[in-house]
Amino acid sequence: MKVLVSGKVEGIVLKSKNPINFLGTVDKKMGIISDKNHDLYQKSIKDTVLVFPYGVGSSVGAYTIYSIKSNKTSPLAMICKKADLTVATGCALANIPMITISDEEFSSIKNGMKISFDTDSNQIHYQ
Amino acid sequence: MELTKDEESALKGEQGEIMQMAYRILVATGEATDADKLVPIEWAHLSGVNYNTIGDAGEEFLSSISKEARVKVKTTLNPMGFDIDNVSNYGLDENFISKQLSIRNSYETMGVIPSFSCIPYEIFDIPKVGTQVAFAESNAAIHANSFDNLKTNKESAFSALASALIGKSPYSSLRKDDNPNITIQMKVKNPNELTYGMLGFFAGKVGDTSVNISGLGDMDKRQTKAMCGGMGTSGTCAKFIFGEGNSNCEKIDFDEKEMQNVHDELNTAEKGDIITLGSPQLGLDEISELAGKLKGRSFQKRCMVFLPRTVKEQSTKIGYTTELERAGCEILSDCCTCLSPLINKDSVDAVTTNSIKGAFYLKNSNGVGVNLKPLSQIIEDETR
Repeated sequence: MKVLVSGKVEGIVLKSKNPINFLGTVDKKMGIISDKNHDLYQKSIKDTVLVFPYGVGSSVGAYTIYSIKSNKTSPLAMICKKADLTVATGCALANIPMITISDEEFSSIKNGMKISFDTDSNQIHYQ
Repeated sequence: MELTKDEESALKGEQGEIMQMAYRILVATGEATDADKLVPIEWAHLSGVNYNTIGDAGEEFLSSISKEARVKVKTTLNPMGFDIDNVSNYGLDENFISKQLSIRNSYETMGVIPSFSCIPYEIFDIPKVGTQVAFAESNAAIHANSFDNLKTNKESAFSALASALIGKSPYSSLRKDDNPNITIQMKVKNPNELTYGMLGFFAGKVGDTSVNISGLGDMDKRQTKAMCGGMGTSGTCAKFIFGEGNSNCEKIDFDEKEMQNVHDELNTAEKGDIITLGSPQLGLDEISELAGKLKGRSFQKRCMVFLPRTVKEQSTKIGYTTELERAGCEILSDCCTCLSPLINKDSVDAVTTNSIKGAFYLKNSNGVGVNLKPLSQIIEDETR
């Protein structure tokens, strides 16, 4: 795992097959995915460990990540396959732990499973 | 990424919350781009100024950090949502105006120069060859790397802000190496500024972090800016390198067919209700040329001309402003065609412009149709 924003987290996985565009498809107040074509449509990302391939769209989307954190509707942590600047800087600003993992680890994570990681000890645990 | 002891301590919060946040942003940026260290920069140019784009969260964030945060290097700023001198003519709502003024105030409090311009490379002195800077405005980053011999990655609004507060940026990508794997061969005869804008847009789509371009002759300022504006709009690419590149480079032609494809994507209307010029904003050379072309002629429609305040002041002294206003131009400082709340689909169906960047955002963000034409054609068709 590669640490982009450090932290220690335990929570339930919400996994997306599709990339996420934070600008425009994530509700800034509620933290709900509002894009009908997205596999997480109408799901709340609040207090989840959000697992998705990578972020897409305008870098202003980083402000959306800051907004959901301010509104207490943000995920506890984000785990991606690939790092992009929108998600990386958005999580850094909002202080949401964020890591990237290998393709194999990514495919082994399932929706609803419990996951914990600690960036200090470089450990991920699945249950 | 390796950090010095001092940088580690700031990341741990030992130098206050603001520095901790700024270091968190640069470390995340550095890890995302495989940087091995931070390097000093001498100039930051920030995006994230227009209330239209950063919204309430942005306004609140800037207001909160500006209580303590101060920039450490020369820091300049992108355009905002309106020109304070004539904002009352545009019917913007009070909430927009007050939030925008709060954003302006926050940046000024932090020590940022209120330049409100997307062409810092034209209105400020350029530092010596090879100077590391952090430019978040895409056309400015491309111009800095390709024409001004400076070094910057295409920064995000946050990485540029964090760099301004710390005075450093992650040492990665275009800051250290540039070996593009694609060469675009220019194959269009008699190009004008619109052609160069479309070439830039095409290059941004096919290029990775930088592209080689061959077959270009001399370009003037307008064509250069058009190319940078076009490229910044369509991709993540942030540098033109002029020449063929090495023999392994994939070669792609930019010919009449590719140009037509870009034109078809962006040109969505046969004519515009209004005309907008300046995206990126116009510099003094272009204003001089425009004033020359408009001698004895007048626009038959509303024509909005966007330029930085410093350029407007110079233009007024020389007399260009009077000439443009006589010809029916509305002159606006501090703001830009792109993402402007001044142009909206309730009052305008389509806009005529010669800007590829303007065309893209007018279509995608403002939801209006776009009629693309070179400036010479606009003046021929729209003035008498």
